[in-house]
Order: sequence, then structure tokens, then C-alpha cells
Amino acid sequence: MSAPQFLVHSPKDNVGVVVVEGLKAGTGMLGVITESDETIRLKAKQDIPIGHKVALKALKKGDTVIKYGEDIGKMVADVGVGEHVHVQNLKTKRW
Amino acid sequence: MAIKAKSAKARRNLSFSGWRRENGRVGVRNHVIILPLDDLSNAACEAVANNIKGTLALPHAYGRLQFGADLDLHFRTLIGTGSNPNVAAVVVIGIEDGWTKRVVDGIAKTGKPVVGFGIEGHGDIATIAKASYKAKEFVQWASELEREECGIEDLWVSTKCGESDTTTGLSSCPTVGNMYDKLIPKGIYGCFGETSEITGAEHIAKSRAINAKIGEKWMKVFQAYQDEVIEAHKVDDLSDSQPTKGNIAGGLTTIEEKALGNLEKIGRKCKYIEVLEPAEAPKAGPGLYYMDTSSAAAECVTLMAAGGYVIHTFPTGQGNIIGNPIVPVIKISGNPRTIRTMGEHIDVDVSGVLRRELTLDTAGDALIDMIIRTANGRLTAAEALGHREFVMTKLYRSA
Repeated sequence: MSAPQFLVHSPKDNVGVVVVEGLKAGTGMLGVITESDETIRLKAKQDIPIGHKVALKALKKGDTVIKYGEDIGKMVADVGVGEHVHVQNLKTKRW
Repeated sequence: MAIKAKSAKARRNLSFSGWRRENGRVGVRNHVIILPLDDLSNAACEAVANNIKGTLALPHAYGRLQFGADLDLHFRTLIGTGSNPNVAAVVVIGIEDGWTKRVVDGIAKTGKPVVGFGIEGHGDIATIAKASYKAKEFVQWASELEREECGIEDLWVSTKCGESDTTTGLSSCPTVGNMYDKLIPKGIYGCFGETSEITGAEHIAKSRAINAKIGEKWMKVFQAYQDEVIEAHKVDDLSDSQPTKGNIAGGLTTIEEKALGNLEKIGRKCKYIEVLEPAEAPKAGPGLYYMDTSSAAAECVTLMAAGGYVIHTFPTGQGNIIGNPIVPVIKISGNPRTIRTMGEHIDVDVSGVLRRELTLDTAGDALIDMIIRTANGRLTAAEALGHREFVMTKLYRSA
């Protein structure tokens, strides 16, 4: 198998992590769910830096973001599938 | 440069050669330290370490007008540092005799050579002269101590991650977890901490206690931190410091996400058997311990070293460069950009995990291999680069 562009911790997750440098919008990506070894195909809609998250599905403001199969915060803006999820649209539910 | 994890094979023989100290504990380094009781005594300690080659001064910022639990922690940290089996002998220098003697007496319980000098009534120069004669005697004595073959169960290995990013949760932290899953059943002592950075994963941390009683004890420590530190002092939502700027640059967005990655360090199977105060030595036998520490790297590693841990494993994503004066700090990174741009700081390269070329099982074996090589004397990147961050934790303002 060729090296994946993104990894996903759990089948329950709605975000993945880009693991290659210099990922450009429009790239057809291979993803692997590490827990189950399943693969996913997804097109990047934005440039996303290594280590940053990509939405695996469209998420609406107020939706809970799941990573490691766990709640990591809520969306504060809508995001489309293949778009960049980070501080501009995701916030902790605490503090 | 960092050793690529894919070159490692599982070791059959998990032994190393270390120095067995008077109290039976085993060290992997053989330092003679010149330990200041207080900030005022740093200059004399540094002068002694300059006079006597092969000794090491541990300057720090505190030790005056502290009281209560904060003073107790100060003494516990100094005595624990001197008592660490990576230290062969200790010269303590303080501004006055009383508290200096308290540190000397605490370290003397290990049976190792230790002596103290107070500066008042003598001045720096006479104190430096007397302490230098003693330091020379100690370092020449220590230089003839021989290593002996020891089983892996004699190793105490702590962990804390720093400048984390999403790659730490995917690769370097679960590499440490895999190591603990393999070595804790073989009888080593492990330790994790970072109370603030478990925020968002406290339900998981609680569930990893050996029993409900220890889980409740852990929860009390966590809640005390939330109430006494965060709620008492916060001025905003903390999103400027947790996650840190480095964490955010690396792709971590929320404290919950950071905490879940952090907890990957304790593996899949290990349960912690006791909850330790900062710098407290474990007393419940071999196994994994939780220590209530700050998440600031140098403070945390200093506290774990004072608890008696002799090797520290440190996953990093964006490239935290910390070291410790008495404990070798092994850096593990899976971030290919960090390996490329600052590889001289990394000991074990697990970036193959991200490319799916390397399994966590092999990565864990590579870390075990590096732990044993480090125990046998290989200098870590942090040691070779001279990183000796010794930072005392302070609980509140001095009187």
C-alpha cells in the first residue's frame, strides 16, 4: 500500500490527521483508520499543513468533533468535507 | 542524528549494566553533584564544580522564605535529587547550617557519601575551598565505582511529552505506551503525570487506575488542580496556553485533543497502582505510578527525577529540546518535519508510523533498545547538547 496522506484514530471519528507535508487543495487522498486498518478516499478541498485535521464529513456549527472516538470540542463554524478543521472553526467545550 | 526505529530488533536479553548504590537501587549515570540549598548558594556551587572536574552544580532559583507544603516540596525535591541512584555522591551548600543539614540528613538515608557546608560565618571563598576538597575526594572515589549487570526490573523509567502535536498522539506517545505495556509486566517502575494536560481525558485516566479507590484518589488530585489553580487564577479560556502556540502550530486545536494524545503514553494494558505527590518516591512496589506534576517539561522531569526515576522517555512533535542534569532524557518523535529540521535533538525516529511502514510494536521495541543502550552509557541527544534544565516547582508565593 502506498503511504497515506491522512490517518484516522477510530472508526467513530469525524476528523482525520494529515500526515504529509505540503498537501495542496485538490489532492486525492488515501486515509487509513489505524484501529481497523480500513482505508478511505477523500479529496482535499483546502491546503492543509502536516499534523492538521481534515473533516471526513460536513460538520455544522454546534456539532461535536470526535477524535480517538472521543469528544474533543464543538464546531463554531460550518465546515465541508475535505476542509481544514482547526482553531478557526473548532473550540473546547470547557473553560 | 535520530536512530530510525525500523532498524531495531526486539532484544531477547533485557539486561543492562548500571551502578548499584548503597541502598540497592541502580543508577545509569554516576554523577557527583554540588547541590545548592537556595538561590544564594548557586555561586559557591558553580565555583566548586568549576574547580573540580567531573562534578556538576545544579543551580536553581528558590529556597528562601518558603513555608508549609511549598517548603516541604522544596526539601523533597532537593533530597530526592541527591538520593537519585544516578548520583554517586553529593556536596550540599546552603546559606546557613540548619536547612543545609536537613538536606544532608535526608540524602544520607540512602547511605551514599554526602556532606554539607553553610556559608554564613565563613564567606564564599572559605566555603568553596572546603567544599572543593570534599568534592575532589568524592569524584575520585566515584570514578572507580564499577558497573554491574542488572535485570530490567532494576530500571525506573518515567515519561512526559512536550511540544506535542497530532503526530505525538499517532506515533511517539503510543510508542512509549507500547514500551510500558511490555516492560511494566517485567517489573520496572513507570511514571506519568501532567495533571493539567489530562483535562478532557479525565474519565479515561480515572478508569486506568488499578482499583476504584486509587481512581478516586486520582480524581481528587485532578479536581484540586482545577479548583485551586485554574479556577482561582484564570483570566481567559486558557486557549492561549493550553494548547500552547507550538501545539496549535502542530495541528492540535483543543485541550481535550491534546489530553487524549498525551494518555497514549500509558499504553493499552497498564494500570497505575498509586498516585504520588510531586517528587514523592514510589513505595508500593513495581508498576506504573501517577505523579501530580505541572505539564511544564523541565518542572515535570525534575520532579520525576526527584522521585527516583533514572531514565526519562520524552515524546515530542514540534521539537521540545529539554534535558535534565542527572537523568538521561530520550526523545522520540514521529514528525518528519521535526526529524528533518532539528534531528540532532531526537534519539528515536518513529516517523515511519505515519507512513504505515512501521508498526507500534516495532517502534516500542526500538524504544526499549534505546532505553537499554542509554542505560549502558550512550549519551542522549539532550546530554550531548548540554541540556541540564533543573527547575523546582513552586506551589505559591514565598513569605
